[in-house]
Amino acid sequence: MRVYLDNNATTPLAGEVQEAIKEALGSFGNPSSSHEYGRQARELVEEARGKVAALINVDPSELIFTSGGSESNNVVIKGTICRSGSCVFAKKQGRAHIITSKVEHPCVLESCRCMEHEGAQVTYLPVDEYGRVSPDDLKDAIKDNTKLVSIMLANNEVGTIQPVKELTALTRERKVLFHTDAVQAVGKVPVDPYELGVDFLTISGHKLNAPKGIGALWFRNKVHVCPLIIGGHQEWGRRAGTENTLGIIAFGAAAELALKTMKEEAVRLSRMRDRLEKTIIERIPDVKINGHPEARLPNTLNVSFKYVEGESILYMLDFEGIAVSTGSACSSGSLEPSHVLLAMGLDHGLAHGSVRFSLGRFTTDEEIDYVLDKLEEVIARLRAMSPLCPQN
Amino acid sequence: MAWEYSEKLKDHFRNPRNVLLGDESKFEYDGVGEVGNEQCGDIMKIWVVIREGRISDCKWKTYGCASAIGSTSVLSEMVIGKTIEEALAVTPSDIQRELDGLPGAKIHCSVLGDKALRSAIYDYFRKTGQIDRIPAEGEIVCECLRVTKSEIEQCVHDGLYSFEAIQKRTKAGTACGGCKEAVTALIARAKERGGHS
Repeated sequence: MRVYLDNNATTPLAGEVQEAIKEALGSFGNPSSSHEYGRQARELVEEARGKVAALINVDPSELIFTSGGSESNNVVIKGTICRSGSCVFAKKQGRAHIITSKVEHPCVLESCRCMEHEGAQVTYLPVDEYGRVSPDDLKDAIKDNTKLVSIMLANNEVGTIQPVKELTALTRERKVLFHTDAVQAVGKVPVDPYELGVDFLTISGHKLNAPKGIGALWFRNKVHVCPLIIGGHQEWGRRAGTENTLGIIAFGAAAELALKTMKEEAVRLSRMRDRLEKTIIERIPDVKINGHPEARLPNTLNVSFKYVEGESILYMLDFEGIAVSTGSACSSGSLEPSHVLLAMGLDHGLAHGSVRFSLGRFTTDEEIDYVLDKLEEVIARLRAMSPLCPQN
Repeated sequence: MAWEYSEKLKDHFRNPRNVLLGDESKFEYDGVGEVGNEQCGDIMKIWVVIREGRISDCKWKTYGCASAIGSTSVLSEMVIGKTIEEALAVTPSDIQRELDGLPGAKIHCSVLGDKALRSAIYDYFRKTGQIDRIPAEGEIVCECLRVTKSEIEQCVHDGLYSFEAIQKRTKAGTACGGCKEAVTALIARAKERGGHS
């Protein structure tokens, strides 16, 4: 049996999405061309834009397509803090200040660090034991030169959902822009940027059963952002380069499917996830559940297994056909374990022993049963050879 | 991450040899050694049984990644039957060779295995009044990999002046990385003393 429980890393293409791609394979026109080929491609692109916009309940004219979540996040952070002479933000104030959190995706953290090298100031907000940013901390961190706050909507590793609505109430009164990286939330839970009160929102296609290499960025029309990629009028001059038409069409189909099935999928996934969590606690001693007990994505379960190391769990499960991910340093190639778990206050041992199970559209109850059986065996085997595990 | 591990390592990870299972206190041994810590993500503990100058049994327990487990397993097979001198002559490179290679980021696993075995043999020396056979270890700089001050000084003497070059040779700082400052300070001091430029 093969079980894929790494849907927060990427998801399989849904059948509906594959069909949409097949149908569009012949539509090779450049959407910018005026002839029939181009017009046909343009029509498909705009139809897809409408579907993605509908998923987050926004006006399609405020949504640009990008190469994915990383690009969207880079463009917001680099584009709002642009120091070029033509940038309105650069003129308004001298040294820009950005606020983000310690649990963001590396593409946000590294973009912020990059802006620090460019002279910006950055505050990395701490999180509580569940991975949540405190509104009071944000309030205290906002300064007169704060330009941008970037806090993710849901965390990729532990699934914790940030209190974004409370946070934007604070930035709005100080006229500070708010960006949220929503790649893990969109398609799993209802997301509406107007309702959240954000100015920018990042979406990724491959997290919701579309292919890799396509994403989107929503932002209010009146907000100025310097594009990262220039040299073309595409996406209203906000992102140059001929559109990834097939990716966009697939993204549209995936968004349509997500919108149609989100409600029932969220119920189904959280029921299976809760069963997985409950049974692990019942059957395996010395475990710790990471993430917020309620404010959490319906598909995500992050568990630390004491006395064992995550990479060895990952490979033992891989031998059994089960795909998961770990916050252990050993599998990331870095020296430190998950920055998210450490920011949540876990010690190195618990962070090294963490495993993320992320369920998806194709996960079944039979698969959960299989995973539970194999997991129990694997943890017992590894603990039997661990010098840390107390003797039975 | 793609499989970077050899078939041999995968086999030792899946079917580890000579693990000390069950009640540790019931196992009769002549020497035991432990290296690493939970912060680094690797701990290796090795027990040896010595009969007539030979390692007649070698058991182990390892907390760590697949390559840490595989390295200890293969090491235990390599040393059983060897004389103490032969076992002490086993190097991390021998362990890597026996495993058909280790990925670059995992070399420290073989270094740890080697040090755990040494530590177990030295424990045997200590218990049997052969203290003179234990080389002076000196002050440890890198706790995770048990790299000593004198090893770092030797590197500088040999013309390795950068942290990276010394890391490459000794594997210091390749587990938790916490000793980088201490090693860098040692390099500076050793350079001054050595009078090299």
